[in-house]
Amino acid sequence: MKRDLPPTALPLAPSAAGQSLPHESAVAQMSGAAHYIDDLAEPQGMLYVAPVCSPVAHGHLRGIDASAALALPGVRAVITHADIPGDPILAAFAHDEPILANDKVQFVGQAIALVVAVDVMTARRAARLVKPRIDALPAILSTEEAMQQSSFVLPPVHVQRGDAAAAMKQAPHTLRGAFSCGAQEHFYLEGQIATAQPLEQNQWLVHSSTQHPGEVQHWVAHALGIPMSQVRVECRRMGGGFGGKETQAGHLAVWAALAARKTGSAIKLRLDRDDDFMITGKRHPFDYDWQVGFDNSGRITALDVTMRVNCGFSADLSGPVADRAVFHVDNAYHLENVAIHSYRCKTNTQSHTAFRGFGGPQGMLVIETIMGDIARHLERDALDVRMANLYAANPGNGRDTTHYDMRVEDNILHDLLPKLEQTIEYRCAQEAVLAWNSKPHHIKRGLALTPVKFGISFTATLFNQAGALVHVFTDGSVQVNHGGTEMGQGLHTKVCQIVADELGIPFELVRITASATDKIPNASATAASAGTDLNGRAAQFAARSIREKLAVFVGGLDGSGAGAIEFKSGQVSSPKTTRSWLEVIQAAYANRIQLWSDGFYATPKIHYDKKTLSGRPFYYFAYGAACTEVAIDTLTGESRVLKVDILHDVGRSINPALDIGQIEGAFVQGMGWLTTEQLVWNASGKLTTHAPSTYKIPATGCIPEHFKVSLWPQANREDNIFGSKAVGEPPFMLAISVWEAVRHAVAQAGGDVSKLNAPCTSESVYRALKA
Amino acid sequence: MTSQSLHFYRRGLRVEVMNVPPTRTLLQLIREDLKACGTKEGCNEGDCGACTVVLGETDAKGRLQLKAVNSCIRLAHSVNGLHLWTVEDIGTPEALHPCQQAMVACHGSQCGFCTPGFVMSLFAMYETRVRSGQSITREVAQEDLSGNLCRCTGYRPILDAAQRMASYPSPTPPMLLKSEHSAYIPCAQTANLPLKNQTNQRYHRPDRLSELLRLRAAHPRAQIVAGTTDVGLWINKGHQQFDELLDVTRVAELRRVERYPHHIAIGAAVTLHEAFDALIKDRPQLRDFSLRFAGLSVRNSGTLGGNVANGSPIGDSMPLLIALGANIVLMSQRKGQTVSRDMRLEDFYTGYRQNVLAKDEVLAWIKVPLPAKREFSRVYKLSKRYDDDISAVCLAVSLHLDGSRIDKLSIGVGGVAATPVRARKTEQLAHSAIWCRHRFEALKESLQAEFSPISDMRASGEYRRAMIGALFERFWMESQGEPVIRLESLGAAKQLEALS
Repeated sequence: MKRDLPPTALPLAPSAAGQSLPHESAVAQMSGAAHYIDDLAEPQGMLYVAPVCSPVAHGHLRGIDASAALALPGVRAVITHADIPGDPILAAFAHDEPILANDKVQFVGQAIALVVAVDVMTARRAARLVKPRIDALPAILSTEEAMQQSSFVLPPVHVQRGDAAAAMKQAPHTLRGAFSCGAQEHFYLEGQIATAQPLEQNQWLVHSSTQHPGEVQHWVAHALGIPMSQVRVECRRMGGGFGGKETQAGHLAVWAALAARKTGSAIKLRLDRDDDFMITGKRHPFDYDWQVGFDNSGRITALDVTMRVNCGFSADLSGPVADRAVFHVDNAYHLENVAIHSYRCKTNTQSHTAFRGFGGPQGMLVIETIMGDIARHLERDALDVRMANLYAANPGNGRDTTHYDMRVEDNILHDLLPKLEQTIEYRCAQEAVLAWNSKPHHIKRGLALTPVKFGISFTATLFNQAGALVHVFTDGSVQVNHGGTEMGQGLHTKVCQIVADELGIPFELVRITASATDKIPNASATAASAGTDLNGRAAQFAARSIREKLAVFVGGLDGSGAGAIEFKSGQVSSPKTTRSWLEVIQAAYANRIQLWSDGFYATPKIHYDKKTLSGRPFYYFAYGAACTEVAIDTLTGESRVLKVDILHDVGRSINPALDIGQIEGAFVQGMGWLTTEQLVWNASGKLTTHAPSTYKIPATGCIPEHFKVSLWPQANREDNIFGSKAVGEPPFMLAISVWEAVRHAVAQAGGDVSKLNAPCTSESVYRALKA
Repeated sequence: MTSQSLHFYRRGLRVEVMNVPPTRTLLQLIREDLKACGTKEGCNEGDCGACTVVLGETDAKGRLQLKAVNSCIRLAHSVNGLHLWTVEDIGTPEALHPCQQAMVACHGSQCGFCTPGFVMSLFAMYETRVRSGQSITREVAQEDLSGNLCRCTGYRPILDAAQRMASYPSPTPPMLLKSEHSAYIPCAQTANLPLKNQTNQRYHRPDRLSELLRLRAAHPRAQIVAGTTDVGLWINKGHQQFDELLDVTRVAELRRVERYPHHIAIGAAVTLHEAFDALIKDRPQLRDFSLRFAGLSVRNSGTLGGNVANGSPIGDSMPLLIALGANIVLMSQRKGQTVSRDMRLEDFYTGYRQNVLAKDEVLAWIKVPLPAKREFSRVYKLSKRYDDDISAVCLAVSLHLDGSRIDKLSIGVGGVAATPVRARKTEQLAHSAIWCRHRFEALKESLQAEFSPISDMRASGEYRRAMIGALFERFWMESQGEPVIRLESLGAAKQLEALS
């Protein structure tokens, strides 16, 4: 039977990659036809789960009284620690997270039990009727307390190069400071959700909104005490992830699976937004102490930074997050004599987790703060100070090696920064700001231009591998699968573009289906910005393998070498004939040629010694710079971002529209982190900003009309897919320009910037102004 | 007797849903009963807009009025008799509505979860503004989309799409009722779990004031509801269950704004959006403030009467109304007679969310004096985010000068006490004084000393107290004609540029 396919005679661009094609799901998303987990047809008899959460930050759990909950009509079961047939402990890194609290609770929000009921609201209502019996213990709620009590989730890490202490003594100038940055909630619009369905022979189907189906599969099997081969996890798309559905999604899926096991029914677990805030981890809050020595030009000669990382109650991904912060304390700058101390503090709060940038933003924030302070101390323009500290433009002549012993070989900032500076006439803009600030007015302005250099690759080298499957069907249509997941970033669109080009066929012929653990096993998380780098290449290799087989086949037909066969615009040409793609596929099938293939990719060159924190953890760096102008109201401390100009490096863009979308979205998310997004825990350790009513991510009104993004026009110097560079995380840190611009304005208003903490809410700015 | 059924019009059909409990939300009805899963639950408290749908109602002149609302905190029964559009209803993948086409062309979706909500807000914008020939500027788009959050795009592409949608060929206007045949749909909730005491469950929606008063007297235990922008949270987040609800939003008399020689009377069921429109007509300076009152979709559902009667200490309309000298009218039916009493708004409140309403009384009218000749009124709000956020502090000041002498100084404050309050001590201190810097400083000191605000997640008590002074300072500057720039204004960047 003939299927409806888009006509292949359309006047198509010869290449899909490089085009600003719409997101592959855009039309479905617009018309409400794109399915998320909560929208999937529900199996018969599906039941619903709500968690019972600890109201106490730290205490002995003596038991629970579930009688009132069980008496509520519609309640089917209450599940506790005792109902876990497999390993009751989760967490890959330190094996320190109980699936459900057993004998102690460690934060307000920790899941103690699960209530299963015939509908969601009944389950949620019943969950509140379950009464845990807890003997409260003193809780650790700050990194100061954790340090005093040596409460750590992982041992401290110290990275040193040169002799920071000696260099500090000899430095012509020194400054010191201390400040903090707050946590950030992911606020993916789709909250955490999973369904679990028992199949025959103790096999399980799990739908999970996850960035890492493989990890969900692992934990579900682990908790149920069955082999991974009996669990299939699927995810077509997430309604946002941002790192928050990397490890955190596993908990939900495991809970759903335990409830399904106990009741024998299919289970859906969709967290209420408030529970999502209460239970899941955030971006790590950091406390910094720093001291810097520098010369008259502002060049740093000595640096000592202590970072106290609030990890929450368990290690989760805190080790690699804190490591990445250590790796990015240099941002774009060469640090000769440096000592970095990273303390991974254990506190009685949610276990903080991956969030876009993965510690990178927290690492960069301190050095950019220092750059701004050096400039003010020397009364020099901050951009000049930043330029003076950059890594060398060309490697081999010194100032080219990071504090973790990786040579920076692709530094483009010596070109990129001046380019942005000239385009936006930075010097004139700075003059205008200073001229305004000299007037007696309650509004003061600030301007800052800050760079980003962000290392691309998982720092754990083993994760830098990916697989893909490409199927060509007999009607010429193509289906792709790979180990990556779609959370809105456009990964699937880019992969389809890559496969279409590799096969020389129209983009419309290539479709992607849900990410699933039975298609691509052992896939890494879609994280570290590396989704396209890894999976795009794997898919390209899979498509290439099919193309090569077809080339040999067509070459055989026409008596030419396989190398002479060209695949382009839906045509397959040999020196002798041109055939349509469909013709070739049908002939190949008839001749029993394999029309599907796998592909596998492992990032080259990288290596890294976890003990010494040295090596080449990153395949390459992504660069960018942003210039932001803000105004503050000195009466109230309110601020507004007035103007943003960005020049960002995505290498040779596979899809400029999607890349610009990532850059703008990341910038705004970073702006939120540093301005309005404040998470507040009260004195009992309860998160009081528990929903969007109290936690304020940027809204439409926060976006300046002047918000310009340009792409740096050069390809990646390393051999990466299409010459592109990763884009998910690096532009998040462009928003540090907002922080620096606010600090500039506060200083111009005569305030004490050393008193400013992030996020710079109006209250935080007001305090700095009055200090 | 079982729970009530309700009906509405969708895709040209009359849809009747059977056995709908009073507290079932519109979002539950859409997703679980209609199985229309395009509409998403993002926060379940009306703050993210992922659940936005469009309601249509025929106004007094017979014109269909469309507005975007949050379906998650709207009660299902409240749409009885209205037209409903969800994201599935306005275009198909093959024939998208202009707002959907523009969103695709501008790359306005990434993860796509907020998208149906944005699309519905854009649809309402298109049908109300583009069809009547208004142009969509960037500021208009920012204002109308204030209740929709996106975490992926950074909004620029969505704002572009809003400005571009008018350039696509105009489709036929939204379909109205074609057939009186009803599609009967069971309610999934009652099918799943028959509720106890269903006979006592009732959603009352009177359409005349006399009927409202009668029902109020007859059902003193019924919870009065209007736009349920707060009650929706009691239900979704507080898990409160009500057997009886009394919905005031269909009462024709209470949906009017009546103009009198010296005041306007705003019916308690007038939406916040319409109420602010009426207030802005007399006092255009209130516009920026009105736009900061929640998002448009909340202002489209919530009522001024609801905000006032709910009496939250951080409700934003009360400080303003207190400063403007508003009175309220409470009505009841006693022994067959309609009884009413009139009082100053500040006297309505007796404690945290407590008021003087008798069991048989309803809030009927809010009466706002027209501006006096030499009145200088301003209202200020401080919050972490300018738009769609709750005040840490709200300060409203109305100054009536006789020459340089203060004839009357009227100050309403929110966020500093258990109720919205009038700054009586400071007002007394101002009496007959000269409005000069010296006097202002004394008044400021008094104003800051008059209240002891608490610390919470929005702000510290110390900061709140400081801000009462800072905002009063801003009032002073504005009263002196000093060039004050309000960063809260979407046009702040342009104002600054113009001044530099």
